[in-house]
Amino acid sequence: MPLPYSDVVMEHFKHPHNVGRIEDADAKAIEGSPACGDMVAVYLKVDEGSKRITDIKFESYGCASNIATGSIITELAKGKTLDEAKDITWQQAADALGGLPPIKTHCSVLAVDGLRAAILNYEEKHGLIQERMPTTVEEIRRRLKHVMNPIVGLDIVRTKLVRDVSLAEGVVRIVIDLPLDHQFANNIREDIQEKVGNLWDVQEVVIEFTE
Amino acid sequence: MLNRLIYLDNAAATRLDERVLDAMKPYLFDTYAVATSQFGYSLGVDAKDALDAARASIAQRLGASAEELVFTSGSTESSNMALKGVALALGAKKGRHIITSKIEDFPVLYSARALEKQGFSVTYLDADSDGRVDPDQLARAITPQTILVSVQTANQEIGTLQDIAAIGKLCREREVLFHTDATHAFPRVALDVRQVPADLITLTAHLIHGPKGVGALYIRQGTPLTKWMDGGFQEFNLRGGEENIPGIIGFARAVELATPEETAHLQAMRDKLIARLLQTPHSRLNGHPTLRLPQNANISFRFVEGESILLHLDMRGFAVSTGSACFSRSLEASHVILGIGGDHERAHGSVRLTVGRFNTDQDVDRVTEALPDVIANLRAISPLGKEL
Repeated sequence: MPLPYSDVVMEHFKHPHNVGRIEDADAKAIEGSPACGDMVAVYLKVDEGSKRITDIKFESYGCASNIATGSIITELAKGKTLDEAKDITWQQAADALGGLPPIKTHCSVLAVDGLRAAILNYEEKHGLIQERMPTTVEEIRRRLKHVMNPIVGLDIVRTKLVRDVSLAEGVVRIVIDLPLDHQFANNIREDIQEKVGNLWDVQEVVIEFTE
Repeated sequence: MLNRLIYLDNAAATRLDERVLDAMKPYLFDTYAVATSQFGYSLGVDAKDALDAARASIAQRLGASAEELVFTSGSTESSNMALKGVALALGAKKGRHIITSKIEDFPVLYSARALEKQGFSVTYLDADSDGRVDPDQLARAITPQTILVSVQTANQEIGTLQDIAAIGKLCREREVLFHTDATHAFPRVALDVRQVPADLITLTAHLIHGPKGVGALYIRQGTPLTKWMDGGFQEFNLRGGEENIPGIIGFARAVELATPEETAHLQAMRDKLIARLLQTPHSRLNGHPTLRLPQNANISFRFVEGESILLHLDMRGFAVSTGSACFSRSLEASHVILGIGGDHERAHGSVRLTVGRFNTDQDVDRVTEALPDVIANLRAISPLGKEL
């Protein structure tokens, strides 16, 4: 196949596993939006006693790597306890797929985030979550680790693109070490807004680029 | 692949026509001299004669004279040459304002951005929902400092034709130079410089079954343009570097072979593509319904993403294109679809099919069967559109 995808990716893309909806799901979550591009929905059936995922399905509005990652992540999560499934990383998903082109890793992150959001949804519904914590700079940095630097396919924290993060009265200020007219500046900006902008006590995210 | 590939991405590249190759061959193996050698030996004279004949032949199709055509390495170079050449010639003398549109192709758009960095100001005209630029908005945007207007003849993605005759006339009245990128239009769309007052026109060979790496810039006699590619005195001392004679011969042959009869057939295939694909639920045409390139169909399908569509089509033996962000090197959704007021979702699910000489009515039948099937399969796994 003369495409930038491994055979495993193409196989999962062609014949995705665990695809569809669970009508009486115990938990579900949708990550992404039509506006930002890819979108993934994850549905869970959870055994209440053992907290084990007995069934899992996903739907994808996205590209090949999004569909393939949805397929592999649901395979990896099936049968695991919620705590075990929570620890599945996008790196594990990407490895299981035989690697993904760097520019495409953000699509796999979305599927992993979908799984985590569905687990969180279950925990919230079943009172397994403590009070909402105020957002901290550490929490923002943790979330920025899910924003991809498409140049290399690693997150923007690891690739040292995050020069500064500050937080004052609900306004987050993030300085990104890229010129404003960089090829991926807009993409990174939108990704940050999506990952940080929805925190319950964040009013505004100001993203600055260095020239 | 079990079946023959059905290539429907003729706006990206086209298969070389054998007759073009046959015309080029003697200039690769026999008359391989460069035109500059005309003063040294007869092989150089032969090369120069062939170059002149090719130039005259392409110019004629444009209603231009031969000296008004400068050969380049393709449309990217031609558009760079037009914008930067005029900026160099008139920036200090007349002013530093350029007008273009938001939906231009990258060579024009990024040449304009590069000039902005050098202190030029650029106005980016809007396009309406069909992709048409409003000449009235252009009229209001022209200032005494405006040196150049660059508005494409036809759009690369959605195929919309601009009213370049009206735009050219307006520029003439206001004494502003007018460049038009005719990469996708020439010679499929009638374009005659005796009717359209364009000063600069970008042309290419590779989209009409000619070779890659050769194009031209039409430069109306007397247009101020500073040489940008320094080297020898080739191309009326406007572009240094030996001419790509085999490529230019191929270009001229390709223009000759692109007949109005053939274009009419392309248009018939296009109309069939559009009519059939729009029968898919939740689909819509991108670009103008009638004022569009004869070879271009562009349809958006809701609830599905373009790259996934392309890969499924590829497995079934079809090659098409999309404006989805997932397909672009910058991960940006098509600036054209966004520029005509579309949202990311519409760009995401857009599919461009462009026909060429080697497509048949059967190709149209097969893709209009396969594509709705792919859309239905992808919609079945999409979280969107289920309640509709």
